[in-house]
Amino acid sequence: MAFNAALIAKDFPILDRKIRDGKRLIYLDSGATSQKPQVVIDAETNFYRLHNAAVHRGAHQLAEEATDAYEGARTIVADFLNAEVDEVIFTKGATESLNLVAYAMGNALAGNRFHLKTGDSIVVTEMEHHANLLPWQELAARTGATLKWFEVTAEGRLDLSSINSVIDDNTKVVALTHQSNVLGTINPLEAIAKRAHEVGAVVVLDACQSVPHMPVDVKALNIDFLAFSGHKALGPTGVGIFWGRSNLLADLPPFLTGGSMIENVTMTSATWAPAPRKFEAGVPNMAQAVGLGTAITYLTSIGMQAIYDHEIALTSYLLDGLSRLEDVHVVGPLTTENRGGAISFTVGEIHPHDLGQYLDSLGIAVRTGHHCAWPLTRKLGVPATTRASLYLYNTERDLDSLLDGIEGAKEYFGA
Amino acid sequence: MMELDNLYQEVILDHYKRPQHKKLNEAFDAQVHHVNPSCGDEITLNLRLDGDRVTDISWDGVGCSISQASVSILTDLLIGKDLIQVTQISDAFMHLMQSKGTEKGDEAILEDAVALAGVSQYPARIKCALLGWMAFKDASTQALAKQ
Repeated sequence: MAFNAALIAKDFPILDRKIRDGKRLIYLDSGATSQKPQVVIDAETNFYRLHNAAVHRGAHQLAEEATDAYEGARTIVADFLNAEVDEVIFTKGATESLNLVAYAMGNALAGNRFHLKTGDSIVVTEMEHHANLLPWQELAARTGATLKWFEVTAEGRLDLSSINSVIDDNTKVVALTHQSNVLGTINPLEAIAKRAHEVGAVVVLDACQSVPHMPVDVKALNIDFLAFSGHKALGPTGVGIFWGRSNLLADLPPFLTGGSMIENVTMTSATWAPAPRKFEAGVPNMAQAVGLGTAITYLTSIGMQAIYDHEIALTSYLLDGLSRLEDVHVVGPLTTENRGGAISFTVGEIHPHDLGQYLDSLGIAVRTGHHCAWPLTRKLGVPATTRASLYLYNTERDLDSLLDGIEGAKEYFGA
Repeated sequence: MMELDNLYQEVILDHYKRPQHKKLNEAFDAQVHHVNPSCGDEITLNLRLDGDRVTDISWDGVGCSISQASVSILTDLLIGKDLIQVTQISDAFMHLMQSKGTEKGDEAILEDAVALAGVSQYPARIKCALLGWMAFKDASTQALAKQ
């Protein structure tokens, strides 16, 4: 069946509502959070209506049903990523996933492969979202390790010219984004993972902007850890995924300790259950995990390659449209080569907040500001940008409205 | 566009395009740098006091029309006033920003700043309008502490 975004949009009740005195909602902020199809809303609601009980506990039918639903969602996620089931850990979001791995490494004692000390280095990039920068800054500060980074070129690509000195024998971790949430740039993982593994470092991938939008196979990517948020992938808020290779998860100490993550406990010590439970202390966000499973089933039924192709076609359409507007400057790659559907731009002297406010008055939702990647926007010399981020329910009609809106804003603000 | 015109009054766009006192005066009693972490707007503000009178406010910064216009209006309003008047004006402005669009503001006290009344209907923009006012408050506390 041919991909039909307008038909897909009908699965999302919110896209039917009116904004600012009767305007059609044109949602171009999926990079911040995606909208939810009715099936996901129903899955979360039905969990509470019919199956709610604490998973992995309780000798009753509801507990069984809840556990089946929760573990079923884990299997769906594992299949989706081409991962093993026990490698998939539910967190409350990508921010927690990234903090989990950083704090867990900080808990590693001397002798553990993840133990960090003065002289070791952690490598990030200049295009990281704060969620994949600050946990590593903090880990470096706590352990005495040095934080290093790949710079970003004026074209919005990683500068890998000095890859062998950025990633060297002292490097223990390389943490980077798969696709920049500001630039849309898709990073060349192959070269980076190869170099990281050469020196014995692990690769942590922030996949928030890739997993919801393209086929992602953790085995093929040759990475070690991966994080993404459910709410950016049509799922509910409050649930995210942390994936790690099983041999690495076995060595990685826990981050949060408490209920259900143990093997044995005495008054003075405890031993841990194997992954994934070692990393899932406490009663998890069950209804949200089940909702995420449904979201991924929905995405899979449409097809990740079809979604990716659709977004690339839209990205190409928007880049082309923007290039024909005077005073519009795209911040990030100007072609769809190794780039996804997060498109940031500036419009003359109009401040993004003002542009965003004007577009909002037309029913168009965009993101403005530094997009939680302040070092990047500083490096690129733009205090703030306006970002349109696309998803499977967007159409060329949405983008025509945006392009018209930008022209309208130029007139309104006299730019 | 009626609703938007309520936010972007002519006075605001005028101040945005022709900001007042937007050139840092090197003579100051206090200098502060404030940022709005949610959007990246930044302001540096220099303040000069003579006893309890504001003799000079100068500033530089980047930001949206609301934040820039608001500082510009502030300088016009507060330069030359004594600190009792400054407090009265600042309190009136804070009150207006919190009014959720229910008040127009007292033009006798707030002068051009009443043009910012529409901002109070847009919760996300109130911080923009307050950026310069918070910077001024900080600067005046620091300048007074030195006296």
